[in-house]
Amino acid sequence: MRISTFFYTLRQGVRNMFRNAWFSMASIATIASCLLLFGIFYSVVTNFTNIVKNAEAGVAVTVFFDEGLTDEEKQQIGEFILARDEVSKINFVNADDAWNSFKEEYLGEYADGFTENPLEDSEHYEIYMKDISMQTNLVKYLETLPGVSHINSSQQTADALTGANKLISYISVGIIGILLAVSVFLISNTVMIGISVRREEIGIMKYIGATDFFVRAPFVVEGLIIGVIGAAIPLAIIYFIYIKAMAIIMERFSVIGSILQFLPVETVFATLIPVSLGIGAGIGLVGSFMTVRKHLRV
Amino acid sequence: MALGKKKKQRVIAEDDLIVFDNVTKIYEDNGSLALNGISLTIKRGDFVFIVGDSGSGKSTLIKLLLRELTPTSGELYVNGINLSKLRHRQVPKYRRNLGVVFQDFRLLKDRNVYENVAFAQRIVQTPNRLIKRNVPAILSIVGLAGKYKARPKQLSGGEQQRVALARALINKPPILICDEPTGNLDPRNSWEIMKLLEQINNRGTTIVVVTHNREIVNEMQKRVVTMKKGVIVSDEEKGGYIDEN
Repeated sequence: MRISTFFYTLRQGVRNMFRNAWFSMASIATIASCLLLFGIFYSVVTNFTNIVKNAEAGVAVTVFFDEGLTDEEKQQIGEFILARDEVSKINFVNADDAWNSFKEEYLGEYADGFTENPLEDSEHYEIYMKDISMQTNLVKYLETLPGVSHINSSQQTADALTGANKLISYISVGIIGILLAVSVFLISNTVMIGISVRREEIGIMKYIGATDFFVRAPFVVEGLIIGVIGAAIPLAIIYFIYIKAMAIIMERFSVIGSILQFLPVETVFATLIPVSLGIGAGIGLVGSFMTVRKHLRV
Repeated sequence: MALGKKKKQRVIAEDDLIVFDNVTKIYEDNGSLALNGISLTIKRGDFVFIVGDSGSGKSTLIKLLLRELTPTSGELYVNGINLSKLRHRQVPKYRRNLGVVFQDFRLLKDRNVYENVAFAQRIVQTPNRLIKRNVPAILSIVGLAGKYKARPKQLSGGEQQRVALARALINKPPILICDEPTGNLDPRNSWEIMKLLEQINNRGTTIVVVTHNREIVNEMQKRVVTMKKGVIVSDEEKGGYIDEN
């Protein structure tokens, strides 16, 4: 292809966009609406997933020992636990640590009355899991270990978090399905309008002897530009909404803000920008490709 | 000796530009017989009118020449190319051998006169510097040098047809096919277009004109092929419009 033809194709693509301004705006609006919904949904779900993950990370199973166990035996129990697939890390908490932590958390200055450590027999392991849904299996295993006196775990918390995870997955699949269906419907309608607008033009080009590539290229350039603009608009809108929403939550609902950890805008956008631009450009390319293809066999 | 089933390839004389060899066209969708075994040869430099009533097969004949359709049986050669054997990807290159003018002009409405004409050159990847030289030249020939910036809707029917003619001719095709070129024009503009076609023919371009315009056909005294119900009923040098009634 000649350089002049390449630039002609680019120029025509941009011009086509302005020539069919209403059609271009309709296409941009369609893509932007779909990607706005997608972006909002993605931001909410990523934050929700992050909150659940943080909550999961704080949930531990505690293992106490039989009386009179030697340090070596306790260490061996620790090694057995660490070898399990479910376990991400373990902490050994000795009696002094346990008492200090208890004092600090619950007694404060009233602890001065205690001369001995009342938690002498409370040495234990805190076990953190890779996935909270594995808790039941892990507890069953821990119960079989010799030297373990009892195990503290909250099945309710584990069940709630596992349930939340499942709920997020179901909602994600459902909403993505709905968004996809809406997008396909809107985009196919826009493409149909595009076909009727371009039918005559494509026919003329083909009669004059234009190759499929020559006819298609400006439309593809146009589709690409429309797709990228259609993706950039919702990204900008979501960016400002996200920052504003975070500021409002921190300012007016500081309690929520201190309990739940929201992701910074940069983290969300590190994925959202390439994905949205990719989808936008893809929709634009496929849409324009389909529009032209139907009329190339003239 | 085994004879084999390979069909004998017809030898086309160098002077024969368009050859319909026993061409039949049946439309697959409704089974109607549009052309029934027609044979017709048009030589280089000919000026031929194709006339006939609606349903006589004129439009099908044009569509076959444009390679919009392919024959159901028989062979069609244009400029030595067997159109039945032409692949889809070879069609654009073939069409660059043809200049085409339609009754409804078929100009790109959102481009000016210059761009409409230049478009045909861009398709064949003519360098910009040549386009800038060729377009004004051809617009002068068709008498529209001063209107290169106008959009199609700012032009009269006759002027639009001249733009279509300029676009058809700019790549110097050996054949010009005109489908009812005066169908949307008043008598004065019709005659001007026909005079232009005659001048172009005098420069060596073969011209095929499908028309209903009795007066022009009778006046111009060119070769006239008359069709009826898918067959050629007469083919006369310096003929006239045969009155069906």
